[in-house]
Amino acid sequence: MKEIAIDVDGLTKSFGGRAVVKDLTLKVPKGEIFGFLGPNGSGKTTTIRMLCGLLTPDSGHGTCLGYDILTEADKIKRDVGYMTQRFSLYTDLSIRENLEFVARVYGVPKPREAATEAIHRLGLEGRAGQLAGELSGGWKQRLALGACILPSPRLLLLDEPTAGVDPKARREFWEEIHRLAADGITVLVSTHYMDEAERCHELAYIAFGELLARGTAHDVVAQSRLSTWIVTGSDLQPLAEELHRRDGIDMVAPFGNELHVSGRDKRALDKAIAAAKKADGSHRWKRGEPSLEDVFILLMDQAKDNFA
Amino acid sequence: MNASRYNGAGRRRDPGFIRRTWAMIVKEFVQMRRDRMTFATMLIVPIMQLVLFGYAINTDPKHLPAVVLVRDSGPLTRAVLASLKNTDYFEFKQEVHDPEEMDKMIRSGAVQFAIEIPASFERDVRRGNRPSILVIADATDPVATGSAISALEGIIDSALKRELRGPDEAVTKSVAPFEVRLQRRYNPEGITQYNIVPGLLGVVLTMTMMMFTALAVTREIERGTMESLLAMPIRPVEIMIGKIAPFVLVGFVQMTIILGAAHLLFGVPILGSVPLLIALATLFAAANLAIGYTFSTVATNQLQAVQMTFFFFLPNILLSGFMFPYRGMPLWAQAIGEVLPLTHFLRIVRGITLKGSGFGDMQIDVLALTLFMVAAMALALFRFRKTLD
Repeated sequence: MKEIAIDVDGLTKSFGGRAVVKDLTLKVPKGEIFGFLGPNGSGKTTTIRMLCGLLTPDSGHGTCLGYDILTEADKIKRDVGYMTQRFSLYTDLSIRENLEFVARVYGVPKPREAATEAIHRLGLEGRAGQLAGELSGGWKQRLALGACILPSPRLLLLDEPTAGVDPKARREFWEEIHRLAADGITVLVSTHYMDEAERCHELAYIAFGELLARGTAHDVVAQSRLSTWIVTGSDLQPLAEELHRRDGIDMVAPFGNELHVSGRDKRALDKAIAAAKKADGSHRWKRGEPSLEDVFILLMDQAKDNFA
Repeated sequence: MNASRYNGAGRRRDPGFIRRTWAMIVKEFVQMRRDRMTFATMLIVPIMQLVLFGYAINTDPKHLPAVVLVRDSGPLTRAVLASLKNTDYFEFKQEVHDPEEMDKMIRSGAVQFAIEIPASFERDVRRGNRPSILVIADATDPVATGSAISALEGIIDSALKRELRGPDEAVTKSVAPFEVRLQRRYNPEGITQYNIVPGLLGVVLTMTMMMFTALAVTREIERGTMESLLAMPIRPVEIMIGKIAPFVLVGFVQMTIILGAAHLLFGVPILGSVPLLIALATLFAAANLAIGYTFSTVATNQLQAVQMTFFFFLPNILLSGFMFPYRGMPLWAQAIGEVLPLTHFLRIVRGITLKGSGFGDMQIDVLALTLFMVAAMALALFRFRKTLD
C-alpha cells in the first residue's frame, strides 16, 4: 500500500458560528499532486491552515506526515512548506535576505550557500539584491515557491499559488511541481484554474465546507453523470436564457462562441434539446463531452441549493 | 434592447467639488465608527486625561517627607518641630540619632529634607549664642523644594517668638536668636537643566523604544508576513527576543549620545558610576521594549499600537516626576506613578548623575524595572497568538 502523507478525518472549523469546513475527510498519498478545488470561501484556505497547524480544528483529528495535527504542529512545521495565498515574504528584504532568513529559521546548514543555490535554481542570479517587493507577480510567486522548498520539506501546501500569474509562468511553475513530486514530495495545491486541476494526480472539490467530489479528473467527470450539448452560432445570450427555463437542462454556460448545455439526466436533456432545436433553427447543435469546469459549476450550483 | 442601461458616462453628470468631497467625508465617518479604538481615543481618553492630570499636577508640593536629627530635647525644640509641621510643607517620617543614617535617607530619596537640631540648642538660644539649625534639602529638583525652603525661615522665627516669652523676650527683639543654615544638596545652584537633562534620557528612551516594538507584531500581521512566520518552526519567545534585541543596541547608542551631550553641552555632572548607569539604562530600555512589544500583541493594527504607546507615554511624562514634582501629587497619583517605569528610572538616573548613588541606594527601583520587563514579556507571550484562530 502507498504511504499516506495527509490523513485527516472529520475536520470541522467554524468562525463566529458559521461552519467554514464541515466534517472533511481527506487522504493524500505520498508523492502525489493533489488538487484542491472549490469556489471562493469554500474552506480551502481554512483546511490548508488546519493541516499545517495555523488553525486548530473544532473537531476531527488526523495526521500530517505521520504527526498528529492537534498535538505535533511544531514537528509538522519543520517538514512542511506552506505557500500563502497572499505574498508573505518580506517586501523590504532582498531576495537573498529573504532566502537566508528562511534557511536560518529552518536550521538549514550553511544558510548563505543554501540561499545562493536557491537563487541559482530560481534563475534569479542577476536580481539577488533586489527587494522582494519590487518583483512582478510571476517572480514573486517563483520566489515564494523557492523559499518554500529551500528547507527540503516533505510536503508542500500551496494555496492558490498561480493566482494572477501569466500562462507561461504558470506552465513553468507546474513543471517544477511535477519535478518535485517525482522526487517524492507530496503537493497539495488549491486552484481555480481547470487546466491546472487537470494536471493534478487527484482532485478534491469542496464547496461550502463540504467535500463534494474526489478522484482523478476523469473520475470526477464520469461520477457526475453529466451529459453535454454544445451550441454554436451568433446571438447566444437570448438562447441561453430560453434554454435555462426548460426542464431537463441543469446548466447553460457560455464558452466564447459556444454554449455548453448540460444535464444530469441524459434522457431528459436530450428531450429538452430536441424541443429547443425544433424551435430554433439558426444554431448548430452537437453532442459534447462535459468539461471539468461544467462538472464543478454544476456541483457548486447543487451545493448552493442545499446550503445557501 | 437594454444596452442604454450601460451607456455610463452619458447618463452621469459631473458631481462637482462639494459632492465629491462629501462622498469622502461620509466614507471617513463610516470608517471612523467602525474602528472602536479610535472612537474611544477621541471621546473617553481626553476626558480621562483631563481629570487625571488636572487633579494630579501641583507645582507647590506640600507634605514633603523629612527626617529630623534631634540632639536637644527641650520644649523649644518641640515647638520648632511642631510649627514646621504646621506649615504643611514638611511631614516628619522618622527621627534618627545618627547623621550617617540621615545622609543615607536623603541620598536614597526616601526623604526630601533633613533637619538637624544641634545639642544644647535651647540653652544657646536663651543665652543669645545664636545656634544654627541645619536644613538639608534634596535640591535635585529645584521646583519641588523651592516653596518649602522659602517658607522655612519665617516659620521657625514665629515658633520661637511664641515660645520665648517673659524674660527671654528681649532676646527676640534684637537680632534673630538663631540661624538656619540651608544646605542645598546635589544641585546647590538650583540649575534646572541638572534635573531635566538626565530626565530627558528617560523620556527619550521611553518614547523611542516603545515606538520601535509597538509596531513589531502588528506590522507583520498587516503586511501578511505573520502567516508565513507562524508556519515556520520558530517559537513565540524566539520571535520576541529576536525583535527586542536589536533595539536594545539602538537604545544603548541613543543613551550614550544623550549622556555625552548632557555632560558636554549642559555640564551635567555624573558623580556615580558610568558603567552602572549604562547597565541600568539598558535595563530600562529593555523594559520599555518589552512593554511596546506587549502593546503590539494587543493592538489589532499599527494605528492602534501607536495610540496605545501614546496613552502610555503621557502619564509617564506627567506623573513620573519628570515635568512636575512627584511629591506634589496626591497619593493616588503617586501610586500610579509607582507603576510607571519612567518614575523608577528617573530616580536611578538622577541618583547616579547628581547624587552619586550606588546600587545599594536604588535596589527597589532596579527591582521595579526588572519586574516591569519580566511582566511585560510574560504578558506578551501569553497574548501572542501561535495560530490564526
